[in-house]
Amino acid sequence: MSGREEVLARVRAALADATPTPAPAHVRAPSPVADVADLFVERVEDYRAEVRRTAAADLPAAVADALAGVATVVVPDGVDAAWTSALGPGVARPDDGLDAAALDQVGAVLTGAAVGIAVTGTIVLDHGPDQGRRALSLVPDIHVCVVRASQLVADVPDAVDVLAVAVGGGRPLTWISGPSATSDIELERVEGVHGPRTLRVILVADA
Amino acid sequence: MSGTFVGMPAFPTAARKALEDAQLRSNLNHATHTIRDKRARVVAEVDDWEDLRVAGAAIKDEVLTNLDTYLVRLEESLTRAGATVHWARDAAEANSIITGLVRETGAEEVVKVKSMATQEIGLNEALEAAGIDAWETDLAELIVQLGHDTPSHILVPAIHRNRAEIREIFLREMGEVGTPAPAGLTSSPPELAEAARLHLREKFLRAEVAISGANFAVADSGTLVVVESEGNGRMCLTLPETLISVVGIEKIVPTWADLDVFLQLLPRSSTGERMNPYTSMWTGVTPGDGPQDVHVVLLDNGRTDALADSVGRQALRCIRCSACLNVCPVYERVGGHAYGSVYPGPIGAVLNPLIRGTQSPVDKSLPYASSLCGACFDACPVRIDIPELLVHLRSRVVDEKRRGRPSAEGVAMRGASWMFSDSRRWERVQSGVELGGKALRNKPTLGRIPGASAWSDARDAPAPPPETFRSWWERERGR
Amino acid sequence: MRVALFATCFNDTMWPETPKAVVRLLERLGCAVEFPFDQTCCGQMFTNTGYLREALPLVERFADVFDRYDAVVAPSGSCVGSVRHQHAMVARECGRPDLVARAEAGAGRVHELSEMLVDVLGVTDVGASFPHRVTYHPTCHSMRMLRVGDKPLQLLREVRGIDLVDLPAAEECCGFGGTFAVKNSDTSVAMGADKARHVRDTGAEVLVAGDNSCLAHVGGLLTRQRSGVRVMHLAEVLASTEGEA
Repeated sequence: MSGREEVLARVRAALADATPTPAPAHVRAPSPVADVADLFVERVEDYRAEVRRTAAADLPAAVADALAGVATVVVPDGVDAAWTSALGPGVARPDDGLDAAALDQVGAVLTGAAVGIAVTGTIVLDHGPDQGRRALSLVPDIHVCVVRASQLVADVPDAVDVLAVAVGGGRPLTWISGPSATSDIELERVEGVHGPRTLRVILVADA
Repeated sequence: MSGTFVGMPAFPTAARKALEDAQLRSNLNHATHTIRDKRARVVAEVDDWEDLRVAGAAIKDEVLTNLDTYLVRLEESLTRAGATVHWARDAAEANSIITGLVRETGAEEVVKVKSMATQEIGLNEALEAAGIDAWETDLAELIVQLGHDTPSHILVPAIHRNRAEIREIFLREMGEVGTPAPAGLTSSPPELAEAARLHLREKFLRAEVAISGANFAVADSGTLVVVESEGNGRMCLTLPETLISVVGIEKIVPTWADLDVFLQLLPRSSTGERMNPYTSMWTGVTPGDGPQDVHVVLLDNGRTDALADSVGRQALRCIRCSACLNVCPVYERVGGHAYGSVYPGPIGAVLNPLIRGTQSPVDKSLPYASSLCGACFDACPVRIDIPELLVHLRSRVVDEKRRGRPSAEGVAMRGASWMFSDSRRWERVQSGVELGGKALRNKPTLGRIPGASAWSDARDAPAPPPETFRSWWERERGR
Repeated sequence: MRVALFATCFNDTMWPETPKAVVRLLERLGCAVEFPFDQTCCGQMFTNTGYLREALPLVERFADVFDRYDAVVAPSGSCVGSVRHQHAMVARECGRPDLVARAEAGAGRVHELSEMLVDVLGVTDVGASFPHRVTYHPTCHSMRMLRVGDKPLQLLREVRGIDLVDLPAAEECCGFGGTFAVKNSDTSVAMGADKARHVRDTGAEVLVAGDNSCLAHVGGLLTRQRSGVRVMHLAEVLASTEGEA
């Protein structure tokens, strides 16, 4: 018997006298959040990430501010050209198939996001055109992430709802809550291990 | 290169040794209390925490009682998404599948995401025997690996080490296997984390094969989920060309929508955060993004034995959060090594005997490694009734012993049961106790008692009274 | 209402002052108490050590003895816990569905002392007086199996003259755990030593709890350490009229 057949046979034998439990009714907790944007900012900052709030018109300046001092920033193809319009010449570079070692030499990455979750202060990337492939937002040490206020949801169940389409389409997701961190040494939190050690979030008000 | 748990002594013996280690007790006390408090704070923020626990348990129960259906569905979804699915009956089969897959790529090393399943099957040792280096990339796993040590906690495997010990391990060992620790390394946690970053960066950037586990596997979509903090998981899941994920058959959730419950339960129970820094979700192969050669090994290794136990089955709901370890008064004092498994603490005390059986000295002793205080059940995000399971497994150990020569304990228990089965027999025993009490003339307590050192070496024992309650009632009020 | 006292085998034999205090207390509150002489043991020690077959006759006996009462009160959180939460399980695992039904039906009628007073009799001021500095250990089975909550503290707060001080880390197990105390005596003593230290830190004269077995363990450590702290069952404090004119 193959491993597959035997494991399945063992499972069936183990359940021979079990009553199948019916699927539970799907619970969805209400999320009473007074101001989603305020809570999102508070919770993201709680992870010691930096948050800037800006009007749509001031986004290029906010991006330039968040990237001040950075020599090169990799920018996924789908990022709106306006976002990088205030950067110095030659700072932004497209994702032209950089390998991991090359990405390691890039100072920062600028991406959009799919969803922001207020209660948990989480940003979810679905790696659409304005977010790029996963390595882009991973290897560079600074991640500047632009989230539109219209992308914010209250809590995790709302985010799971919104993201169902992306998952159904086979896209990978990356949920980011603050910068890379560890508590492996005496449970003392240290921000910054392997992922970007600096996370700067720009929350753009709806136009 | 890590230590192993083979041939561990029974829990009380290993516990005695651990209790003598003052540094260990101090490290554990500090760590468990810190994380316990963090968890309590973020759980208190969630109004419907109880509803979430109930939902988490219900979703897992439904999966477990229909597991064959869901396994086949997961396999179909993964295959459709471009992954190759393998099935492993036991550790040896899983190790052989994985070793073969790595060999096919020609790689001589792999990077690993922290994974309980791969620890359970001893994958690193199997790869080492095949001449393949396996690099643990989670900071705590790295500390354990470099220290030639064994993990002692599910979430924080190096919880038994303090910063000074970690510094010493890094300075001594890192240079042996790659980028050495910076000269002048101090024991400050940010510096130690930076040393790990530098040491592992080189390995991430050149890695061709990664091995992971999965926290969840979504049957409907074939999506796998890894929940982590440091970004080492993202590195492993993103940069190499080949990704092999070892997934216990109980890790399934039916649909994407079910994850909303577990993504709320797990981080708060585990690291005591509203959300862990990074969660990666991938569905087979994504063209142009991440590994293009994706394998999933579905692992039994005793899980179907646990599934066959109608009481024990609930232990397979476990999402490996380790909340039960952090609140356990036994774990807090003894640490994880005494449990003789990668699964220590209350969940280990039930899961190990369920999946490994109760043959070895340590597995026979694990169900007794608890005062049945119940703190673990209260903390469990999927409501595993660990105290109930412990009692159930104790009865299994006792029933297995019934087949052999009767033990002194067994004889005593049978005798006591016979005595209590008739109140007149019990009263005759009580009369004997009264005689003892009269002889001791109202002495309130007894000191060291020969033959009862397990109690009386550290504790005085109560002296029997000259008159039982029953005699008093009869004397005062009649029968 | 017919109220039966289940003294518990340990209290009956080793700590008779506790069931005596329950009788005095309940009678003072106007409750007639019966003591069925055919009672023995709830079987907890057998069950929790894994001897379910040996526990089974005691589970059946408990039902035989106590089924005829409207309420059963016992001065032990862990024995009541065993009756309410384990008797049906023992019967089920031993293949006795008839007894499962009886155990389930009887479970709701068995009360730990603080539940009997607060929930059944509806009193928190039981007319006690106890002019001493006291700290209270909530015991695991009362707290996490029976969920008595703060009922014992509600009762203690109404005691005249009492100086009730909080016990640090009160919710942590004392390390008794039945046969755990001898099977894993080193761990048990390590847990008990921490509990004893917390008790001493309060400066209390008396450590009070609802289970004499836990008190024997912590008390045994406290007397071995010559700490001067006494241990006392909740029932005895609530029955006390010390210092009343």
